[in-house]
Amino acid sequence: MLSQQDMLEAERHGRQVRSIYVYEAPVRLWHWINALAMVVLAVSGYFIGKPLPTLPGEASDNFLMGYIRFAHFAAAYIFAVGLAGRVYWAFVGNHHSRQIFKLPIFNSHWWSEVFFELRWYLFLEKQPKKYVGHNPMAQLMMFFFFTVLAFGMLCTGFALYGEGLGLGSWADRLFGWVIPMLGGSMQTHSLHRLGMWIMMSFVVVHVYAAIREDIMSRQSLISTMISGWRMFKD
Amino acid sequence: MTETFYEVLRRQGITRRSFMKFCSLTATSLGLGSAFVPKIAHALENKPRTPVIWLHGLECTCCSESFIRSAHPLTKDVVLSMLSLDYDDTLMAAAGHQAEAIIEEVKKKYKGNYIVAVEGNPPLNEDGMFCIHGGRPFVEVLKETCADAKAIISWGACASYGCVQAAKPNPTRATPVHKVITDKPIVRVPGCPPIAEVMTGVVTYMLTFDKIPELDRQGRPKMFYGQRIHDKCYRRPHFDAGQFVENWDDEAARKGYCLYKMGCKGPTTYNACSSMRWNGGVSWPVQSGHGCIGCSEDGFWDKGSFYDRVTDIKQFAVEGNADKVGGTAAGVVGAAVAAHAAVTALARARSDKQGDNQNSGDK
Repeated sequence: MLSQQDMLEAERHGRQVRSIYVYEAPVRLWHWINALAMVVLAVSGYFIGKPLPTLPGEASDNFLMGYIRFAHFAAAYIFAVGLAGRVYWAFVGNHHSRQIFKLPIFNSHWWSEVFFELRWYLFLEKQPKKYVGHNPMAQLMMFFFFTVLAFGMLCTGFALYGEGLGLGSWADRLFGWVIPMLGGSMQTHSLHRLGMWIMMSFVVVHVYAAIREDIMSRQSLISTMISGWRMFKD
Repeated sequence: MTETFYEVLRRQGITRRSFMKFCSLTATSLGLGSAFVPKIAHALENKPRTPVIWLHGLECTCCSESFIRSAHPLTKDVVLSMLSLDYDDTLMAAAGHQAEAIIEEVKKKYKGNYIVAVEGNPPLNEDGMFCIHGGRPFVEVLKETCADAKAIISWGACASYGCVQAAKPNPTRATPVHKVITDKPIVRVPGCPPIAEVMTGVVTYMLTFDKIPELDRQGRPKMFYGQRIHDKCYRRPHFDAGQFVENWDDEAARKGYCLYKMGCKGPTTYNACSSMRWNGGVSWPVQSGHGCIGCSEDGFWDKGSFYDRVTDIKQFAVEGNADKVGGTAAGVVGAAVAAHAAVTALARARSDKQGDNQNSGDK
């Protein structure tokens, strides 16, 4: 027979084993700053392409487009610096921090889990599996619809920004090649805007999947991105 | 010994005073300081005249029309005399075999030291039979003439990018010059047509300094195509203020607000219209109340409507733009998520009930 004290300790020990530290502080901080930057980018970007109704008065009394564009550029710098920091952290952080940059495409077990997750989302599996980091399906989505797309948005965005800064500016020298490659400035604008819509679609799916998994799966999701600890429910 | 530019000018009765005026105007239009005026004058006085052969492929002659209206004092006389247009089948007096013989003569006499200015482009389908020049496909004449040239100028959107005859589906396979001639330095001077002073400016630069002007990534002279229409537009303050024309007949249009919402392509077009203007600085499209159509950009006929800002992307659908395609995608994803959530909730409720039953059964 275990004493009362032993029971308590065993329980505490068991609980500790059932939680794992996944997302380190820089990753969590980046996640929320990035989320905020993306919201600002999407809203301001939408109004750059389709401006608000015209304003009365003298041009010198108004600066609405100027402020909207400032918000877009400021958020873009935060997004870019954040992404650069995130890439750095993928090198120095724990192995979970590399998940959204590297797909284990030669691992057949990983692929079988991708298809397991697909079946789970199609209601064909009764019980979900446990994962410490992203589930493989989420990792796949994250890689293409966030990481790849984010770098695409970064390149097209700074290329367009370079048009305003002018020929020979740092943005023009680093990203100016994007514009002729995509077939001109107009095309680049259109694709950048399309990228915004794809990104927003991803956000919808991402938020939904996080909430759903938080409820349905056998581990914590949303609180993990706040505290860093993945809790397992069983 | 061939004549210098200055000798040609004097022979044509142009005074030295007028000549110096031209030199200073040219220096100014090229963005050079006053120190360059004597250099230009010296070059024009001493350098042997570089002959220019001006070829016409598939085109509408609007480049020539623009060129001959160059409004800087004397420019049209001077440059036409300077070029003497050793060959230009639209402007020259000679015709037929007499004219064609000049190309051969220039090629032999100035081997490797003449400039070919190409207006229009060669169609490549059906062995180039869609454009016949002196009884032969234009593409052959172009290749032959350019073989011994020092440099090539691609006049206008046709030669630079293809323009309307290369718009989809491009039945004649009209092809810009740089895709046919790949071994010569090419200066692209796009526009439909290019601004007259830009044309004469480029030619004068090349003749004066004996080199091609500094070019950007797309081979356009930086001094004229380094900035967008939008960057120097006099209506730009209205853009920054958020004051836009919403209809062609509204108050904002009368007040001269920004034409961004009417589809002005100024923010995506590199040209000098907003600074140099047209017809000797009289006006230019935006000043006349119509947005820029982006005529100096690659494939501007295929870039959607001239009157949309968020314009069509041809790859998707006839009427698809980033907002329609992307917005639809986002809507579909949203609906799918909602449906998925509903199914999840139902499935969970059902399994809970079954689970409860099982649990109670177990008990």
